[in-house]
Amino acid sequence: MRALRLTLLRHSRHLSKFSSLGGVRLASENVVSQSATSSPPETAGDNLIYTQEHLALKESLRKIIDQEINPHVDQWEAEGKFPAHKIFKILGNAGFLGVNKPVKYGGLGLDFSYSVAVAEELGNIRCGGVPMAIGVQSDMATPALARFGSDELKEEFLLPSIMGDKVACLGVSEVGAGSDVSSIRTKAVRKGDEYVINGGKMWTTNGTQADWMCLLANTSDGPPHRNKSLICLPMNLPGVQIARKIDKLGMWSSDTAEVFFDDVRVPCKNVIGQEGMGFTYQMLQFQEERLWGVANILTAMDNIIQETIQYTGQRKVFRQPVLYHQSVHFRLAELQTEVELLRSLLYRATALYIKGNDVTKLASMAKLKGGRLTREVADSCLQYWGGMGFTSDVMVSRFYRDSRLLSIGGGADEVMLGIICKYMDTLPKK
Amino acid sequence: MSGRVLVGVKRVIDYAVKIRVRPDKTGVVTDGVKHSMNPFCEIAVEEAVKLKEKKLIKEVVAVSCGPQQAQETIRTALAMGADRGIHVEVTGKDYDTLGPLQVSKILAALAKKEDAQLVILGKQAIDDDCNQTGQMTAALLDWPQGTFASEVSMEGDKVKVVREIDGGLETVKINIPAVVTADLRLNTPRYATLPNIMKAKKKKIANVKPADLGVDLTSRLEVLRVDEPPQRQAGMKVETVDDLVGKLKETGHI
Repeated sequence: MRALRLTLLRHSRHLSKFSSLGGVRLASENVVSQSATSSPPETAGDNLIYTQEHLALKESLRKIIDQEINPHVDQWEAEGKFPAHKIFKILGNAGFLGVNKPVKYGGLGLDFSYSVAVAEELGNIRCGGVPMAIGVQSDMATPALARFGSDELKEEFLLPSIMGDKVACLGVSEVGAGSDVSSIRTKAVRKGDEYVINGGKMWTTNGTQADWMCLLANTSDGPPHRNKSLICLPMNLPGVQIARKIDKLGMWSSDTAEVFFDDVRVPCKNVIGQEGMGFTYQMLQFQEERLWGVANILTAMDNIIQETIQYTGQRKVFRQPVLYHQSVHFRLAELQTEVELLRSLLYRATALYIKGNDVTKLASMAKLKGGRLTREVADSCLQYWGGMGFTSDVMVSRFYRDSRLLSIGGGADEVMLGIICKYMDTLPKK
Repeated sequence: MSGRVLVGVKRVIDYAVKIRVRPDKTGVVTDGVKHSMNPFCEIAVEEAVKLKEKKLIKEVVAVSCGPQQAQETIRTALAMGADRGIHVEVTGKDYDTLGPLQVSKILAALAKKEDAQLVILGKQAIDDDCNQTGQMTAALLDWPQGTFASEVSMEGDKVKVVREIDGGLETVKINIPAVVTADLRLNTPRYATLPNIMKAKKKKIANVKPADLGVDLTSRLEVLRVDEPPQRQAGMKVETVDDLVGKLKETGHI
């Protein structure tokens, strides 16, 4: 870590006398400088939802990203995995995994705007896989536990997850059920004071490294929205099988697993909150998950647009920079405009949410727009990078692959549209 | 001994920013540009906080001179573990011409006022590269100095400082009170953790004016012009040493 800090200081124009120190120049940085400064930094007083502390938090997290994460991203992408326990411990020590979680269990008890600030800053990581994995740990597998779990459960699962000692994963989607959560088939049958679990889960981020899973399973026969429970499932129990690590189009540094359960026995006390309320709890978790995803992708879009400006500013075509062609700089202006619009929607939803409002409609709109806008940004920017954009040497191709997931995961575009229509009362009557 | 350490922290343009010269050539563009704590000042703060954690000193006071925004830099020091801050308010023209001489006068006055036993500073700032403030402060106070420190240890009423010099490492032992300036390898500054960032909100930052300390900010220097470094010219390859000597003579270099 010290060597990395020396490398960063070496890039400073004032420390040329240390140029003999070796430095790792990542392939993706050969074309543009390490931190493309996007929009000018604002002072705390001007921001809609951020205070001095939010900005200080972002600065500190940025340092961790620059020193502990970004230097290794290329390697992790190539290996198809990142060291979750190591990275989560670093983040946990610095307090970034439990931002809005209860103080009693090592969290900071701050409101969701701080989680949004963390999500935004994580967008500076040079891939989509690692932020997604962190998001699962901090804001997708734990909200229901924090809100509804028993003290004993929180002590065993929430506390170590916030500290970064235990890696969490979320078990909701299955091979046969993604968007249609209510049709999941995994069953937890009560036998004495244990549940016996059979079934399987799919698309489990952190799945190959997780110590526990927040599992949604059918715990009774009954209406599909009322017969499910969330269960804290230790991943080392007999019968839990990591069937395979899934080979994906993008998000390579995030290990995604398919998991099977073969007569897995777990104590009944591991149910979060009330039995039968699992579906409801999971739906509540989704609001935060969706706003988190939007916050994260906004920074990534800003960065890609800036990198594209830098590249096209020096790449020449027909004797002038690509950027000088009106179709290029006008298009980038259009894209940046839409990014700012989405940012405003995010801040508005966040401000309402921290005041206790239900922001399902706005969060769904933001997620819908986020997924679609990032595809446009990735596609347009990739085009302007030309042949270079098609190589694995540059960030834009990774961004194109990674960001495609946003329209699918965490609630597909079609699901978002259904939710919005419900609020607009335009769905066909039964 | 008061057990108090004064740490100077300077707000500078962030090291990663591409610097641009202002069109009027009076300086560099600072408006809307990202600023952060000078990296060597971070190392200084870290050293002070470490000394406190080892219970060798009792209180770390972070000082910064500048306009309102200097408080952000002090807050970062507080988030790293400093106990309280002092913001010496310098604005406008005074801030434009603020240099090592004025700052060292301020620091010397504060060191006396706060009864500090150690003043720890970064060895230089990355914007002006002066490498003077520590030395001037020590001279004004008539205190010993341990500059370019790569290792600092307290030994009773003395400080042992291992200094990075051109020839290697030099170890000196100096009496307390003293001034120490931090070099790159002294330590690796900690991340300001989120709990500490929130705690820092409650720590006090006192507001002081240079006049209150009896310091005259008049500068003895006048900046005539600021230019970009000359554009790097293309090089030329030659086949033999004779060719090289010939070319050098031709272009008047020898």
